[in-house]
Amino acid sequence: MSTTFRGMDVVSIRDFSREQIEHVLKLAEKMVPIAKGEERSVLLEGHVLGSLFYEPSTRTRLSFDAAMTRLGGRVLGFDQPTGASVAKGETLADTIKMVDSYCDIIVLRHPQEGAARLAAHFANRPVINAGDGAGQHPTQTMLDLFTIRKEKKSIEGNHVVIVGDLKYGRTVHSLSEALAMFGAQLTFVAPPTLQIPKEHLKAIEEMGHKPKISGSLEEVIKDADVLYVTRIQKERFPDPAEYQKVAGTFRIDLAMLKDVKKDLIIMHPLPRVGEIAPEVDATEHARYFEQAFNGVPVRMALLGLVLGGLK
Amino acid sequence: MKEFKVTPIRNGTVIDHINVGMALKVLKIIGVGGNVNSTVSVLMHVPSKKAGWKDIVKIEDRELDPKELDKIALISPNATINIIRDYNVAEKFVVEVPNIIKGIMKCANPGCITNQNEPVETEFVVESKKPITLRCVYCDRVTTEVADNVR
Ligand SMILES: Nc1ncnc2c1ncn2[C@@H]1O[C@H](COP(=O)(O)OP(=O)(O)OP(=O)(O)O)[C@@H](O)[C@H]1O
Ligand SMILES: [Mg+2]
Ligand SMILES: [Zn+2]
Repeated sequence: MSTTFRGMDVVSIRDFSREQIEHVLKLAEKMVPIAKGEERSVLLEGHVLGSLFYEPSTRTRLSFDAAMTRLGGRVLGFDQPTGASVAKGETLADTIKMVDSYCDIIVLRHPQEGAARLAAHFANRPVINAGDGAGQHPTQTMLDLFTIRKEKKSIEGNHVVIVGDLKYGRTVHSLSEALAMFGAQLTFVAPPTLQIPKEHLKAIEEMGHKPKISGSLEEVIKDADVLYVTRIQKERFPDPAEYQKVAGTFRIDLAMLKDVKKDLIIMHPLPRVGEIAPEVDATEHARYFEQAFNGVPVRMALLGLVLGGLK
Repeated sequence: MKEFKVTPIRNGTVIDHINVGMALKVLKIIGVGGNVNSTVSVLMHVPSKKAGWKDIVKIEDRELDPKELDKIALISPNATINIIRDYNVAEKFVVEVPNIIKGIMKCANPGCITNQNEPVETEFVVESKKPITLRCVYCDRVTTEVADNVR
């Protein structure tokens, strides 16, 4: 296993087999005490991570920083392209070739789809995709899987209801494909204009699953083991009134949780903008802050594996 | 000899069974513009014995290179290439859609990094040949809109 991870690019979750993902999740479990600061590690001492964020991202960037630092490594880079040579019109390819010579591993967030694959093409060092536009965000998928596995002991057999913008939110597509691969049962809840695209449904069905499609959260929430909430973006609606109506229908509050399973967990990639009422935070269902924390041990495991410190 | 609607050519290439309406695209692909020194004839919308209608392009004194053949396959997967030598069909083959397509078309996804000014060739994996379905290696976008994106 170790030989397959060392030096590997992490661009798309599809590049990983189920066994490989399971291996990452298992190692991530071991990283938790270090991620919490309860134990110290020098696993990646002397290693440098180049962190290139062409787009703002609080959670992803900070959790990569935390992961690298907790393992004794160092981080250099930028968190907005202004001031960087990018602003002067340098190609991504050139920036990557330069940064490649300054560090041992590159973490890239970029607004253009396919940017991470391109970076991997030009870099000799491994590249980790920290989100490329509407494209892939494999470490988010891994931390989502980690959270479900941690809370539910296994992913298989759980009924996962995914609600929100299922059409444009491509990270939802990789997550749902991964969940199907792990044997979860899926239900997609969205307004008709934002439902899961046919190709993705087909991809999941080809794995031998029959996901449910619904327009009503009330109808399906009672049977859910996991409720995965995503943002519905205002920009998707030409009419603001229509947006308000739709956003209101899918808002999670205490009333919505009246008849749910006692051990239902609610997840959200954050930041939320009103999809989950703050009153839900104090319930036994809320797991989105744990989920955000889980980004650290999962990214630690990946950094350790790719840089060869972990087997 | 057959009956020809245009003057027969001694040596050259006949691209037959082009999807109807695609002849001009074929001309663009093979670079037939103002400065050609040989005869090029185009037959558009002619009845096809196989099915419906087709276009035909005949170029004198020229054979096609592999890149051109790949492009023609993308816009017209049933096109037949006839190499004419001394007025006769010396070779005949159907174009073939390759498994990997490099550099000859652009990605249909405007948000794709390959549509920026990056020094990289586009690359697509052919997921299905009938109908032609391509997946961009960079942005992962799957598309069947091929003809408009061939360069
Ligand atoms: N010397 C020539 N000059 C111009 N066109 C030619 C010449 N010889 C053949 N062709 C054209 O090339 C094509 C293929 O010729 P062929 O004699 O193989 O016809 P075919 O048996 O109908 O072929 P297919 O089965 O591919 O339709 C036809 O469109 C024909 O008109
Ligand atoms: Mg014929
Ligand atoms: Zn693309």
